[in-house]
Amino acid sequence: MAGIYIHIPFCKQKCTYCDFHFSTSFEHYRKEMIETIGKEIALRKEELKHVTIASIYFGGGTPSILNTQELNFLLQKIHANFDVDSSAEITLEANPDDISAQQLAMWKDGGINRLSIGLQSFKSSDLNWMNRAHTVEEALSCVQLAKKSGFNAISVDLIYGLPDLTMEEWKHHIDEVIAMDVQHISAYCLTVEEKTALNKLVNEKKIVPAGEDAQSEQFLELSHRLKKAGFLHYEISNFGKPGFEAVHNSNYWKGVSYMGVGPSAHSFNGSKRRWNISNNSKYLKQFASNAYFEEELLTLKDQWNEIVMTGLRTTSGVAIEQLKALFPLDEAFQLALLSFQKDGMIEFLNNHLSLTDKGRLQADFIASEFFKV
Amino acid sequence: MKNIRNFCIIAHIDHGKSTLADRLLQTTGTISDRDMKAQALDDMDLERERGITIKSHAIQMNYTFEGEDYILNLIDTPGHVDFSYEVSRSIAACEGALLIVDASQGIEAQTISNLYLALEHDLEIIPILNKMDLPGAMPEEVSDQIIELIGCDMEDIIPASGKTGLGVDKILEAILTRIPAPKGDENGPLQAMIFDSVFNPFRGIIAYYRVKNGVIRKGDKVRFLNTGKDYNAEEVGILKMELNPKKEVRAGDVGYIISGIKTAKEVKVGDTLTLAANPCEIPIKGFEDVKPMVFAGIYPVETDDYEELRYSMEKLQLNDSSLVFEPESSAALGFGFRCGFLGMLHMEIIQERLEREFNMTVITTVPNVSYFCYLHKDKEKAFIVNNPSELPDPSGVERIEEPYIKAQVITKSEYIGQIMNLCIEKRGEIKNQVYLTQDRVELTFEMPLAEIVFDFYDRLKSVSRGYASFDYHPIGYKQSDLIKMDLLLNGEQLDALSALVHRSNAFDLGKKICSKLKELIPRQQFEIPIQAAIGAKIIARETIKALRKDVTAKCYGGDISRKRKLLEKQKEGKKRMRQVGRVEVPQEAFMAVLKLND
Repeated sequence: MAGIYIHIPFCKQKCTYCDFHFSTSFEHYRKEMIETIGKEIALRKEELKHVTIASIYFGGGTPSILNTQELNFLLQKIHANFDVDSSAEITLEANPDDISAQQLAMWKDGGINRLSIGLQSFKSSDLNWMNRAHTVEEALSCVQLAKKSGFNAISVDLIYGLPDLTMEEWKHHIDEVIAMDVQHISAYCLTVEEKTALNKLVNEKKIVPAGEDAQSEQFLELSHRLKKAGFLHYEISNFGKPGFEAVHNSNYWKGVSYMGVGPSAHSFNGSKRRWNISNNSKYLKQFASNAYFEEELLTLKDQWNEIVMTGLRTTSGVAIEQLKALFPLDEAFQLALLSFQKDGMIEFLNNHLSLTDKGRLQADFIASEFFKV
Repeated sequence: MKNIRNFCIIAHIDHGKSTLADRLLQTTGTISDRDMKAQALDDMDLERERGITIKSHAIQMNYTFEGEDYILNLIDTPGHVDFSYEVSRSIAACEGALLIVDASQGIEAQTISNLYLALEHDLEIIPILNKMDLPGAMPEEVSDQIIELIGCDMEDIIPASGKTGLGVDKILEAILTRIPAPKGDENGPLQAMIFDSVFNPFRGIIAYYRVKNGVIRKGDKVRFLNTGKDYNAEEVGILKMELNPKKEVRAGDVGYIISGIKTAKEVKVGDTLTLAANPCEIPIKGFEDVKPMVFAGIYPVETDDYEELRYSMEKLQLNDSSLVFEPESSAALGFGFRCGFLGMLHMEIIQERLEREFNMTVITTVPNVSYFCYLHKDKEKAFIVNNPSELPDPSGVERIEEPYIKAQVITKSEYIGQIMNLCIEKRGEIKNQVYLTQDRVELTFEMPLAEIVFDFYDRLKSVSRGYASFDYHPIGYKQSDLIKMDLLLNGEQLDALSALVHRSNAFDLGKKICSKLKELIPRQQFEIPIQAAIGAKIIARETIKALRKDVTAKCYGGDISRKRKLLEKQKEGKKRMRQVGRVEVPQEAFMAVLKLND
């Protein structure tokens, strides 16, 4: 089992908080880009030769910018070069302003069976300063439209921890998405990344990020409400109705192989990570000479740390056997485990380590305590 | 002997001493233009970077004037109060001194105290107004200051510029005509004064001396009078840009000796060198065994590096005999050394040299002075306390004495008020106030040395906007109402931060340190109380709130490596912290007291 990720490095406009790779003026090389990504797919067919592709994910950037021809071209390239499971999850990230009955039909015809919609907020002022292209009305209507078009695996994104987001507003946002009756929700805490417009706004004190207490309370409220509404809180930032956990994202946390194509896309094959260059023109220029990516071999120590870090983020947790295969569980490990168990942060059940609700708020700290450096 | 001139240079930091010295070296052809790098005399990178001389240097120049050949020995002196004893020995080796004053700055405190030293030794002073090329030069005003100080005539002052070369010939002429030739008896028993020594990894200790009487020859059996040890003069010679071996060095001249000495400790600055076979009767006066003034703990950042640190310190001691150290241990910091330094700059230099020359990163604890503690059971015998955590139980203590200094501050009159306030806050007592010119004032204080060790320089600089120069010398011990203040972290004592403080300052200081620690110690998964205590009594408290959340809830796609590396880096950082009970304490926290006003 493996996954394929296609990065579409185009956006209509720049969201203030985003540090993913994209460009907003791309029309003049749009065709060349799609063709090159197509070539990369074909070029790398050996990498996943004897495995079944269980998920395909169009991310970005803004994949909902793609037209019928472009989307079909890329999907055909994948099908022609890889063994795609007939029940594979095929996801497309879409912005509400790109969603129309016509587009939805096109996506469905092309084989897209899951949508990940970036709603982010139902508060007009927040959508504005975050420079999102859609309105609250579009956020509310697009999901209904998608459902009407026959999509029955819909995920929506929300952002919390926003500067002036009150608990009341946040509860309202959560209730809105529950009422939409979607199958999956990803909720991210606003994170100020370097080299973003948000970082500049924060440095200039035009925006004061929400405090840690507010962010923690909002996280706990989110988990509480969604669980009550029948969602599984299966990863720190992800909630799914039973059976609708994202196949693609879960691969990242479970150490399953994935191949990423397009500028800035990351790939992983169990012991090696590689990432394509985060620059559209360099990607295009250096593709022919095979100088468009870098890679790193993971040492056993790196593998250990990644298993701990990603595994602890999920409810299924870290399988002890997987760790033991790399290193024996030494005294430092045992001591850390005992102390976190005592503090009620970690559970050790069925040979798996997993975080409690309390532990989730300290996931990074706990993971790093188990790290080997 | 009549054609030898021995002189030193007295100048404040930044007044252009080294640049002007470089000019002299070039003009006399001692150094070729090609070999010239700025500030040829400052060997250590550290010296060049800081623009100060740490070690003394000596160099011989040849110069022909009106048909006569002359030998000029320049003895370059350290430029900081921490090394004032070395300065006094260098001065004692000379007959004359160039007094270099920056024409745009005027005379500073350091210059004055060294000038007084030179006058005490009857040196001929040649005043030089340097940096005349600067647009801000104020020759008249600064000349007035000089005349006031040394009572010379206006014509005696030489305008110069190290940068353009202005005045260099006049300076050379003045050295020859105004500075007297050395006096001495070439036929008497050898009497030479050591004014510095350097360590050479291949040749051992090279000692620099000035011959007062007699002659020292290669192969002589020599004796150091104060240490009483005899050595063989394997090599003697004079100092050019490189060592220049000679058969002999005669009375009046400056030279070096290599005699198989391995460590700097064996050669004491100020000691008298003589011949074992025919020793001189009296040592040259003025010898002192320099004692450290400031003490601090030095600990390896990685506890495993203790042995390597010991090795590095021993190496450093080979060429810096004023560094003393002995092993100590701290509950918070593990095994390290209690070190004695000449002063704060010396401490910084040692720390930097450990880092640069030995690649050792160290934690230095808050420095303290040396206290005399008298116990009830023996009221006459002083118990020396170099580490506050070693102070005996207060109930047994009869009294504590601390070292005092006489401090001179020269500043502009507009800053007098603030400087007085600062000195009073630092338990100082004003002793004298003299107007050097209309708007330059010399203030003299007596104050505890311990107060200089804490943030004094920085405060002085900021209250005077940099227009204050400072100098001090020790004047002995006085009784003080001192108490030991401890710091507690999560209930555990942070021994490295214990300090002896004056009772009147304790509350205020305790409060400040607690709040500084709150700033420096990162929040952790539990609440951490920080307390300052005197005995069992808590006098200040702060609380570091528990870290509520430590989780990235952001979308990071398949980029797992970046996230992993970030967490690994954080973990690495934590490894460098020290564990006090359950609390991880960063290194800066151990120096917190020094940064209270940041």
